[in-house]
Amino acid sequence: MAREPSTAVSPPRAAPARGAETAGGPARPPRRLGRRARGWLYVLPALAVYLGFAIWPALNTLRLSLLTWDGILPPVWAGLSNYVKIFQDEALYEAILHSLALIVFFSVIPIGVGLLMTALLMGKVRRGMTFFRIVFFLPQVLPLVAVGITWRWLYSENGAVNQLLDAIGLASVTRAWLGDYGLALIALGLIGTWVMSGLCMMLFLAGAQKIDPSLYEAARLDGAGALRQFRHVTVPGVRREITVAGVITTIAALASFDLVFVTTNGGPAGQTNVPGLLVYRLAFNEGDIGGASALAVVLTVIVIAVVSAVRYFTRDEER
Amino acid sequence: MRGGVSLRYGVLVLLAVMVLVPFAGIVLAALHPSGAQLDGLSIPDRWSWETFALAWERGNFTNLMRSSVLIAVFVVPLAVVMATLAGYGLAVLRVWGHRTLSFAFVMGLTLPIEVIVVALYFNLREVGLTDSYVGVILAEAALFMPFGVYWMQTHFSNVPEELIEAARIDGARDLVVLARVLLPISWPAVTTLSVLYFMWSWNQFMLVLVMMQDPDRRTAPSGLGLFVGQYTTDIPLLAAACLIVIAPIVVVYLVFQRSFVSGITQGAIKG
Repeated sequence: MAREPSTAVSPPRAAPARGAETAGGPARPPRRLGRRARGWLYVLPALAVYLGFAIWPALNTLRLSLLTWDGILPPVWAGLSNYVKIFQDEALYEAILHSLALIVFFSVIPIGVGLLMTALLMGKVRRGMTFFRIVFFLPQVLPLVAVGITWRWLYSENGAVNQLLDAIGLASVTRAWLGDYGLALIALGLIGTWVMSGLCMMLFLAGAQKIDPSLYEAARLDGAGALRQFRHVTVPGVRREITVAGVITTIAALASFDLVFVTTNGGPAGQTNVPGLLVYRLAFNEGDIGGASALAVVLTVIVIAVVSAVRYFTRDEER
Repeated sequence: MRGGVSLRYGVLVLLAVMVLVPFAGIVLAALHPSGAQLDGLSIPDRWSWETFALAWERGNFTNLMRSSVLIAVFVVPLAVVMATLAGYGLAVLRVWGHRTLSFAFVMGLTLPIEVIVVALYFNLREVGLTDSYVGVILAEAALFMPFGVYWMQTHFSNVPEELIEAARIDGARDLVVLARVLLPISWPAVTTLSVLYFMWSWNQFMLVLVMMQDPDRRTAPSGLGLFVGQYTTDIPLLAAACLIVIAPIVVVYLVFQRSFVSGITQGAIKG
């Protein structure tokens, strides 16, 4: 921590990301053909590994989703029956609904908390701001397995959550939270909130750096207080970052696996089943590779659909 | 909103406490003797450092740590070099089809690991690359490639054109331009990418769980995921095992925290 200078938030280097769309722009002069051909040698290693170990398996999963296969005997053509099964099997489509519900806890609430943290950490540099920033981001770097084990204990019958409730006179509501039929999914989701809020904060702080200080000046002259300045200057200013945070956290919610695997493993009575968990279970415990693949494909389609929706609804008309 | 300063600090401290209490919880838990029944957060009568030694031994952490380090040590340089070369090819050399290629890499950012891992296991089983470090290293490199290529491409496309042209007029070849002109000014970007790759490699769970059946070849997090099944009720032992797995990544975070921050914030913001 001693390495950090006292100027709270480290200024992002001249926003290289904005150049992404201009990478293919017409600004650059045409070059000799030879270089553009030789360039393939530079792209090839990355492309080969990416195609071989990510795209090819993904396409194969698509193929496997049309088969009935236990991983050992020869596969049998199944057509779309694996997909039909997903919508007939209550456990499977409920898992999809659970993962959609997790978006609230992994994405919506963390964006709110992240904005709050940003509001508190912005503005004049004060003592300790770097400390808070480092602390808030910390959960994001930890392996989710360790996070899960920690919270499993905090939520347990004799855990710290119940200890706190006892202490403030709410002994009547104490329970084993992750074992509660109605509340397990919410308890699980709140772990996601704990992990994701710092990430959202970090994105928003970076975005807030780029806001023109004269906007605040103008707002102040118009008599806007801190709250209204935040609402009318800061929030619109970090709109891009809100989109990005929405996309990243939504993918984390929908594709969650690690956390569920170690905390509830889908229980109680399937109340916290998520697609990732069922894909793993079907493919590697129950030998239903076709079903697992179909579910993974459906999950991918949902991720792409939801991410597109997030981008659409938070788009910035001016750009 | 006068007097807002103390309110502001009050809320910040409250949030920090909410983030830190779970850490305090497992540190305290780990200092109890193995097998002790815990009742919420409690100070042990005496510090039981031997719980860590026991967790290390029971959890097979000598092997797990060796695997984790081995995989990270190969994945990070391999993936960083490949991503850098590809980013250079796409952004500076602007190969034929570079738009399509860039799009293909960026698409990979939205592929959930679930859709890759099922077929990947069976594909690699056919060629004998399950239970193999090589298989996991290449698979992780592939998973990390979309971000890395995107990151390095974005970085290189922001380098002033004149810098590259000047070197070319002096007759420098492509590789020389990359090594002598671009890399010296790109260390921050490369460091950030390396730190992120280390973190992702260290924390990778599902891929290793599926690919590595041999308990001696599992990584620390995936070993921990199964350890928890064996010692469900021994909270001090589990807490100690968690801390063992967390420690390296927390140290790396605190040392490189500015790289972490710039990597995650800037890499994520696309046009």
